[in-house]
Amino acid sequence: MATSSVAVGARRSRADRVARAVDHWILPIYVVGVTAYLILPVAVMILFSFNDPTGRSNLVWRGFSLEAWLSPLGRPGLGEAVRNSLVVAFLSTIIATALGTLIALALTRYQFRGRATTNVLIFLPMATPEIVLGASLLTMFVASVQLPIPQGVLFPLNIRTILIAHIMFNISFVVVTVKARLSNFPRNLEEAAMDLGANEWTTFWKVTFPLILPGILAAALLAFSLSIDDYVVTAFTSGQTETFPLFIYGSQLRGIPVQVNVIGTIIFGSAVLLVLLTTLWQRRVAARDYGAGV
Amino acid sequence: MRRALHLRAAAPYLLLLPGLLWLVVFYVYPAFQMFLTSLWTGNLDTGYQQTWNWGIYQEAITEYWPWLARSIIYGGLATILAFALGFPLAYAIAFRGGQYKNVLLFLVIAPFFTSFLLRTISWKIILADSGLVLGPLKQIGILPEEFRLLATPAAVIAGITYNFLPFMTLPLYVALEKIDKRLIEAAEDLYAGPWRPQGTVAGLAIGGVLGLVVGLVMDYGPFALSIPFGLAGAAIGTWLISQAFIRVTLPLALPGIFAGSLLTFIPAVGDFVNAELLGNPQSLMIGNVIQARYLQVTDYPTASALSFILMLAILIGLFIYARIIGTEELTGASI
Repeated sequence: MATSSVAVGARRSRADRVARAVDHWILPIYVVGVTAYLILPVAVMILFSFNDPTGRSNLVWRGFSLEAWLSPLGRPGLGEAVRNSLVVAFLSTIIATALGTLIALALTRYQFRGRATTNVLIFLPMATPEIVLGASLLTMFVASVQLPIPQGVLFPLNIRTILIAHIMFNISFVVVTVKARLSNFPRNLEEAAMDLGANEWTTFWKVTFPLILPGILAAALLAFSLSIDDYVVTAFTSGQTETFPLFIYGSQLRGIPVQVNVIGTIIFGSAVLLVLLTTLWQRRVAARDYGAGV
Repeated sequence: MRRALHLRAAAPYLLLLPGLLWLVVFYVYPAFQMFLTSLWTGNLDTGYQQTWNWGIYQEAITEYWPWLARSIIYGGLATILAFALGFPLAYAIAFRGGQYKNVLLFLVIAPFFTSFLLRTISWKIILADSGLVLGPLKQIGILPEEFRLLATPAAVIAGITYNFLPFMTLPLYVALEKIDKRLIEAAEDLYAGPWRPQGTVAGLAIGGVLGLVVGLVMDYGPFALSIPFGLAGAAIGTWLISQAFIRVTLPLALPGIFAGSLLTFIPAVGDFVNAELLGNPQSLMIGNVIQARYLQVTDYPTASALSFILMLAILIGLFIYARIIGTEELTGASI
C-alpha cells in the first residue's frame, strides 16, 4: 500500500516535471516559432516596399529607398487597378452586408419552412473552391448572350460582373458572422421596449440594431478584406478590367514593381488599424453597458 | 388582424428573398450552366452547340487524372501538415494563452490582411536558391550547393499549408476554448496519466507513415523523412500525449478538427496559385489545368467538365462528412 503510493507519487512528479518543462519552454518557443512563420512573409513584403526600385524585379534586396513610397501609384495601370479594387470592395461590402444581415435576421428570429435548405444554400458557396465559383460564373456570363435579357448586363465581362461575383461569395460570410452575434442576443431587452410602448419598428432601430451593429461591422470588415484580396474569382469574371490582385499577378511574370509592395503595406496597415479601432470601440461599449448594469 | 398575421408569416421569406435570390441566380444557376456547357461541342470562333457529348467526362478523366490525383494528394498532405502545425498552436493559445490570448489570435489572422498573392511572392523571395533560408545553410555546408526548394513539390505543399494554416487554427481554437478545463483535471485526478506504451507505438506509426508519404511526394526518397518523423512522433506520443488528452480533450475538439480540415482541404484542392508561383511543370494541380483551359485555350467544354468533376467530388465528400457529423454541426461549425 505504502510502496505503491510512493511509486505513484514518483511517477506523477516525473510526469509533472515533463509537463512543466513543456508549459514553460517548449510551448512558448513553439508558439513564437509558428507565429513568426505566419508573419514572416508579411514582414518580407513590408521590408521590400523600401527596396531600391531600379532593377527589373523586386525579388532581390538592392538597398534602402523611399522612392516607391513617394510615388505609390507611379506605374502605368496601377492607379486604375487600385481604384477598381476599392470600388468593387466598397460596393460589394455594402450590398452583401445588407443582404446577408437580412438572411441572418430571418434565420435567428423566425421558425419557418425551408430553413434547412436555406442553411445548405448559405453553406455551399463557402464549401466550393473559388476556382469553381469563378469558372461557373464565367460559363454563365458567356452563355447569357443567348438568354432573353438586355445585352450588356452580364456580358461582356467588366467591373459589373466582378461586382456581381464578389457580392455572391461575400453573402455567406456575412450571414455566418452576423448569425454568430445574433445567436446569444438578449431578447428580453426587446420585450422590455415593447412593454414600454415601442412598436416593432422603433424597437428594431433603437434596441436591436445598436446591439447587433458590432456584428454587422465585423461582417463588413471581413467582406471588404475578402473582396479587395480576391484574385481567383476575379480572374474569371473580369474580362479586360484590372484590379489590384490582377495587376500583381500580371506583373509577376515581367517583374513586380516595388509600388505593389507599398500598396500592399498600406492595405495591411489600414486593416490592422481598423481592427484595433473596432476592438477598442467594442471594449468601450461593453464597459459602458456593464456600467449601466445591462 | 388577419392581414397582420399574414405579414408575420411572410416576414422571414421577405427577409430571405433578396439574398437567396442572388445566390440562386449567381451560384446555383451558374453551376447548372457549367454542367450544360460541359456538354457543348465547338470552339469560340465557330460557335458552340449543345450536343450532349457525355463522352467528354471519360475523356477528361483519362487525360487529366494525374492532375486530379496530385491535387487530392497535395491538398490532403497540406491539410494534415496544417493540422500538425495548427493543433499545438490552437492548444497553446486556448489553454496557456493567458494575457497574450488576443494578441496571439490577432497574429494568427494578421496574414489575412495582406494580399495572398503578395504573401506567396514573399515565399518566393524567402525560399530562393540562395535566399534567406537556403543561403546561410549552404554557406555553412549543411546543404549541398545544388539543393533547392523553389520549383519543387515541397514548395507547393509548404505554400498551401502556409496559406490555409489560419483556416485550420481558428476552428481548432474555438473548439478547444469551449472545453471545460475541469473535465481534464477530473480525468487527471482519476489517474488518466501518460499513455504508454500505446502512445509511443502510435506516434512512431503515424510519424513514420506521414514521413514516408511526404518523402515520396516531395521526391526525397522513402526513408529521408520517415525516420525523423517517426522518431518525433514516438517522442511526442511518449512524453506529451496523456490518456486525459486522448479520452477527453481530443474527442471534445472533434467539431473543430472537422471544420478546420474542411476549411483547409476544400480551398487547397482547388488552389492553383501556389503551384503556379512556387512549383514546376511537374507539380501543377487540377486548378492550373482548369484555369488554362478556360482563360488561355478557351476550351470551355473540357474546362467545365473538369470543374464540374471537382465540384461533384467535393460535394460527395461533404455529403459523407455530413452523414457522419450531422448537417447542423457541419453548417454551424464552420463559423
